[in-house]
Amino acid sequence: MDVPPEVPKEDGRPKWDNKFQYILSCIGFAVGLGNVWRFPYLCQTHGGGAFLIPYFIALIFEGIPLLHLELALGQCLRKGSISAWHTISPYLGGVGVASWTVSILVSLYYNTILTWVMWYFINSFQEPLPWSICPLNENRTGLNEECYESTAVNYFWYRKTLNITPDVTDSGTLQWWLVLCLAACWAIVYLCTIRGIETTGKAIYVTAIFPYVVLTIFLIHGLSLPGATEGLAYLFTPNLNILKNPRVWLDAATQIFFSLSLAFGGLIAFSSYNPSKNDCEKDAVTVAVVNSITSLYASIPIFSVLGFKAITGYWDCLDRNIISVINEYDLPEQSITRQSYTDWITFLNSSNPEKLAGLKLKSCDLQEFLDQSVSGSGLAFIVFTQAVILMPGSQAWAILFFVMLFSLGLSSMFGNIEGVFTPLLELQVISKSIPKELLSGIICLVSFLFALCFTLGSGSYWIDIFDSYAGSLPLLVIAFFEVIGVAYVYNIKRFSEDVKWMTGRKLNVYWQITWRFISPLLLLIIFVAFVTLQIQKTPSYAAWNPKYEHFPMKEQKVYPCWVQAICVLLAALPCVLVPLVALIHLIKRMCRSKDPSLVPPEMFSCQEVKKRNILSACK
Amino acid sequence: MLGVLLLAFSVVSVASAELCKPDAQNAFKVRLSIKTALGDNAYAWDANEEYLFRAMMAFAMRRYSSKSTTQISNVLLCNVTDRVSFWFVVTDSSKNTTTVPGSEVEAAIRMNRNRINSAFLLSDKTLQFLKISTTLAPPVEPSTPVWLIVFGVVLSLIVAGIVFLVVAGIQQRKKKNKESTERENLEEKGEVTITIENGIPCEALDLKAGHVNGVFAADDERFTSL
Repeated sequence: MDVPPEVPKEDGRPKWDNKFQYILSCIGFAVGLGNVWRFPYLCQTHGGGAFLIPYFIALIFEGIPLLHLELALGQCLRKGSISAWHTISPYLGGVGVASWTVSILVSLYYNTILTWVMWYFINSFQEPLPWSICPLNENRTGLNEECYESTAVNYFWYRKTLNITPDVTDSGTLQWWLVLCLAACWAIVYLCTIRGIETTGKAIYVTAIFPYVVLTIFLIHGLSLPGATEGLAYLFTPNLNILKNPRVWLDAATQIFFSLSLAFGGLIAFSSYNPSKNDCEKDAVTVAVVNSITSLYASIPIFSVLGFKAITGYWDCLDRNIISVINEYDLPEQSITRQSYTDWITFLNSSNPEKLAGLKLKSCDLQEFLDQSVSGSGLAFIVFTQAVILMPGSQAWAILFFVMLFSLGLSSMFGNIEGVFTPLLELQVISKSIPKELLSGIICLVSFLFALCFTLGSGSYWIDIFDSYAGSLPLLVIAFFEVIGVAYVYNIKRFSEDVKWMTGRKLNVYWQITWRFISPLLLLIIFVAFVTLQIQKTPSYAAWNPKYEHFPMKEQKVYPCWVQAICVLLAALPCVLVPLVALIHLIKRMCRSKDPSLVPPEMFSCQEVKKRNILSACK
Repeated sequence: MLGVLLLAFSVVSVASAELCKPDAQNAFKVRLSIKTALGDNAYAWDANEEYLFRAMMAFAMRRYSSKSTTQISNVLLCNVTDRVSFWFVVTDSSKNTTTVPGSEVEAAIRMNRNRINSAFLLSDKTLQFLKISTTLAPPVEPSTPVWLIVFGVVLSLIVAGIVFLVVAGIQQRKKKNKESTERENLEEKGEVTITIENGIPCEALDLKAGHVNGVFAADDERFTSL
């Protein structure tokens, strides 16, 4: 009998090539598009530097404990989410199934966002950039009307990319260019996840590190742009009064929660490939801290560039006014400078106010331009692309920016796909008959076919729906049950022993307190607050309608009944799976209790799992 | 003699003042932005530049109507400001008292816009004829959109990668299968060489007869079932 010195590949489970790959995969999963386009916006709208206070409090009491819980769980049980939760307690198996469902739903729409990024990337090789100029209208007498009334950047996004319909019920047709890009994106995901972590582990070196390189380049370039200091001052100027608003605390808590990609089952899958004796506590703290620092680090170049865009807009406004005044009064060129503009205006106003009023000069206020900040896809595809046009060498900056966004999103996709892939691999039915490559191919193909609905004319409205309903509320519910399940059903003492065995040191009081009391309580409060806020307003959306009277403002529309039903379904389906599976198990148990020969599966701690694995290897 | 000349001159200047004034019939306003266009290389607008302008207008009229009668003196400038903007009219060469219709002047300018612009080192934006809108240049579009080419490159790289990985996976699996069958073969051979009891190879023995002992077979029922 020969026992190999290192631990299980005998149980057939793949493992990470080295610890760095694992940490990088977790960081890549956590660091995603939200770090770049949601955190800076929240920071700026919620009082700048003051927002960091609720953010770090949420990190310490909610983010890090939940992260540690998931990593320790996966490492201890060495199984994907479905099997792991079934092992903890068959009644909690629904938690695993729910997180598997959410991973599927999120993968579907997340990759469509990457499709948009890829579309912009392949369009960045043109000179001039296609979103910088308006096309001509049909009879070549002027610019295209929709483009002229809004901006070229808006036109390219809403018409040339999305070809958006004015209403969510109006599906439009499949946009063939988006279908092509979607196929390419799913092909890339397949290429990287073809053999599970064997292939993603290699790909993650590029996709997780490259964004940091690009962010640094943008940081250096952004800080050298005019207006960068204004943008950064605007971002970080603390307004401590904002902390009185509970909405700020809720946003901080939800941002931490969604930013760390908790409750997807992906983290459990990643840590299940670890050797059992691994310091999961240090890993959790590392990943959470790196994620938060990345958010802060990303907000600096973003806001430098936004400051540059604001000041350029302000200067353009001033220049246009100056030209009007010079032309009207026939003053020599360059007699009015930006600095002397206000003096001249007061002088001209005092001498002949009617003439000046007749010019209808637009008031130029830098603050107003800075206030035009935006989050989400609008930041990347409208605001940032507009800023890129203003930089010299805009093609290079656009290419860099979109490759960075693509890497950020791709590394998060790995986690999502792993959350779907690993539990499927552990189903006995599948693992024996289908090779890994075929399984991942089937997952990618089926997802691609379903995601085709997001390439319709109304696709972006549906993505907003999925993002708001499937990718938010169920995660809170799942996380709540995760903490309750481990702390009370599995028993915190047993779990402490397991973690002590894995990390080699006794569990700190901090973990005990947060797992037992603080985190569940916080999650409950956030859940209630979230639901309350959602219920208070009727679900509505902003539609892009060229025929709207206040175009280019977006038209506020209410979702029709059937769409609202789908929203509720998306939010409720994963949550309902938790009690549903418990109920099914209860019924099975009652049927089985009539047959005494079958013994119910016992609950075992991870040390016994480890012992079992070694014993089975020795046969 | 001098008096007659003075009178004639004043009549002409009065007439020209009437013909060329802001918002006169068939008059056009021109606006130049020399400093914006040329920056440090900007030239000053003086009488020589005005002369060149009048010459260019006469040239444009000649090219357009091919009558070759328009003279530089037919082009009248007035109200020159520091902005560098002024009004001009083109008088009829045969009768000095009437102006050439605005539509003709406009057509002449449109036809020769490029020549006029390059004479002053300016462009459509910096040498503006305020009533004459610029025609927009049609956008340059390549036959195959650039993005399609880039997409083709990206997709072929991806497909090549997938094919490589799948083929490598299949080859690895074949190698593993071959190795495991070889190992099985070795183990079988091992068994054959080992199983020789008491110098007699097992195949020679009647295994059934050697293993089953009829004495004990009947006692099996007396053992309690597990």
